[in-house]
Amino acid sequence: MSRQSNRTTESKKMLWYLPFISASASMHRMNSELFTLTYGALVTQLCKDYENDEEVNKQLDKMGYNIGVRLIEDFLARSSVGRCHDFRETADVIAKVAFKMYLGITPSVTNWSPAGDEFSLILESNPLVDFVELPDNHSTLVYSNLLCGVLRGALEMVQMAVDVRFAQDTLRGDNVTEIRMKFIKRIEENLPAGDE
Amino acid sequence: MADEALFQFLHNELIQYVYKSAEHGEMENGRCITKLENMGFRVGQGLIERFTRDTARFKDELDVMKFVCKDFWTSVFKKQIDNLRTNHQGIYVLQDNKFRLLTQLSTGKQYLEHAPKYLAFTCGLVRGGLANLGVKSIVTAEVSVMPACKFQVMIQKM
Repeated sequence: MSRQSNRTTESKKMLWYLPFISASASMHRMNSELFTLTYGALVTQLCKDYENDEEVNKQLDKMGYNIGVRLIEDFLARSSVGRCHDFRETADVIAKVAFKMYLGITPSVTNWSPAGDEFSLILESNPLVDFVELPDNHSTLVYSNLLCGVLRGALEMVQMAVDVRFAQDTLRGDNVTEIRMKFIKRIEENLPAGDE
Repeated sequence: MADEALFQFLHNELIQYVYKSAEHGEMENGRCITKLENMGFRVGQGLIERFTRDTARFKDELDVMKFVCKDFWTSVFKKQIDNLRTNHQGIYVLQDNKFRLLTQLSTGKQYLEHAPKYLAFTCGLVRGGLANLGVKSIVTAEVSVMPACKFQVMIQKM
């Protein structure tokens, strides 16, 4: 990537901009209710198919992972974001570019651990839960768990092993929705010479 | 506004999931299609409620079908239906020459046997939408060359 060479450490302060809207990019916009409702139909089906919520959470995470693995390609191709130098930069890209691009929201990044390997994404609004009420018998269901899988899968493809989970959820009566992300390790890979 | 890629990937996962769970339970192809169609039905019901909030009441069946071909299709698939035909006896054929969910798949005869999986959800979508506009129907789809496909809507007299 030639773009990195002219990046300095100041790039941390850099503001991320959404990719320039090309004629084809506006074609990517779709009715978000379609996505929200389809996701709802999926969760409903999973709740029918599985006895307990834990199993549903696991399935949603697995599907999210599959989506994330593919979505990262789409994201890198369209956002022209280069390699991140540290976890803080990663957090910024996720919140300011990725969430904006795909869900039209910008979560805030807070609660950094002193070591800088953990942070929270605070979602003011969660598009996935637009028309949702959780019935009492599904108190342990993490409705939007797909998002955790998506984040995990996407970051794995850029050599980052992370642990993603919901710490708070408005559906369960919390004030905000909080996704907690913890950096585990860099996934080593053998780069061909000259590809650094 | 959600991004289209997101929906397409989710739609793919939906299909994957339904067909994977069928492997364990010995469910035949028809059952999977039905399952996908039912999910689509529920989504169609929800969508049409949101879309028709500000529209005037429809005059007749044809009016409803036109709405589905123009406004509904545009807000879901970013384009209108290319061709609407009817025999005026309750059968409508909606032709889409570049159906959104097939464009990523192939432009020809390749993977033709997988096409029905990718249409079942949309059949349900149309049926659900019509159902909530008071039109009971059976919706089937056929593909001869991707990414073009035809949806046949048979109106069931109440």
